[in-house]
Amino acid sequence: MIEWFTYLQIGVAVIAGLLAIVRGLAGKTPSDLVLGALGVVELLLIVQLVISIVAPLTGNEASGSVLEFYVYLISAMLLPIAAGFWALIERSRWSTVILGVAALSVAVMLYRMLQIWTVQGV
Amino acid sequence: MTVQPSSRPRVGRSSGIGRLLITVYAILALGATGRSVVQIIERYDTAPLAFTLSAIAALVYIVATIALIAPGPVWNRVAWIAIGFEAVGVIVVGALSIAMPELFPEATVWSLFGAGYLFIPLVLPWLGLWWLATVRAAERAAATSEAA
Repeated sequence: MIEWFTYLQIGVAVIAGLLAIVRGLAGKTPSDLVLGALGVVELLLIVQLVISIVAPLTGNEASGSVLEFYVYLISAMLLPIAAGFWALIERSRWSTVILGVAALSVAVMLYRMLQIWTVQGV
Repeated sequence: MTVQPSSRPRVGRSSGIGRLLITVYAILALGATGRSVVQIIERYDTAPLAFTLSAIAALVYIVATIALIAPGPVWNRVAWIAIGFEAVGVIVVGALSIAMPELFPEATVWSLFGAGYLFIPLVLPWLGLWWLATVRAAERAAATSEAA
């Protein structure tokens, strides 16, 4: 895990989440902008997966449970996709809010992953 | 005024804002299950009570999520029971974790009233019960207007 990249990623997920929740509560169905933002969140998770696989080879190893780290990472990767399907079955303002909640949950999981990687066993 | 069946407002547990509630339940179920599985695989012996409670909580979130999505009166009843169990569970375990911290060497989902999960476990069951009551009232109103 690379710390600055993870913070950047958390920032993107929080912005995507707030954007979607605000637009949803304003009564909008999911726009291309909101769906695109969720797509960026998912893309960054894939990059994070690659970084997490490569990092230990360069001596950057997780200080905590590797199993727990990957459980969070895989869960986080499932969220935007599952929320996307679930939200678009019945397209309404709540679809947009659902996408926002998923993005914020990804942010929380990333923060938890950062803790597992960096501050365990201190 | 003639009302076509198709124009009748849709009522149901998995419609409208109910979909948002189910989303939050599903995410909590996913998070709690993942964490619980890791705890039990890696170090069950260090805190058997706490980890068993974590697993029970995760299971209840899974059951509640399914019961909210699945149609029919039986699943409706299951949803009431699962969500009611949660409401009691988070308060009992939350209180125990403060009164007898020695029982909980490691955190469960419900420790400190769900503080580790942003207190969502404390608030969510009440939203769930409110939603089930709202849907029930709407279904009764629909049944009454059909009978009239």
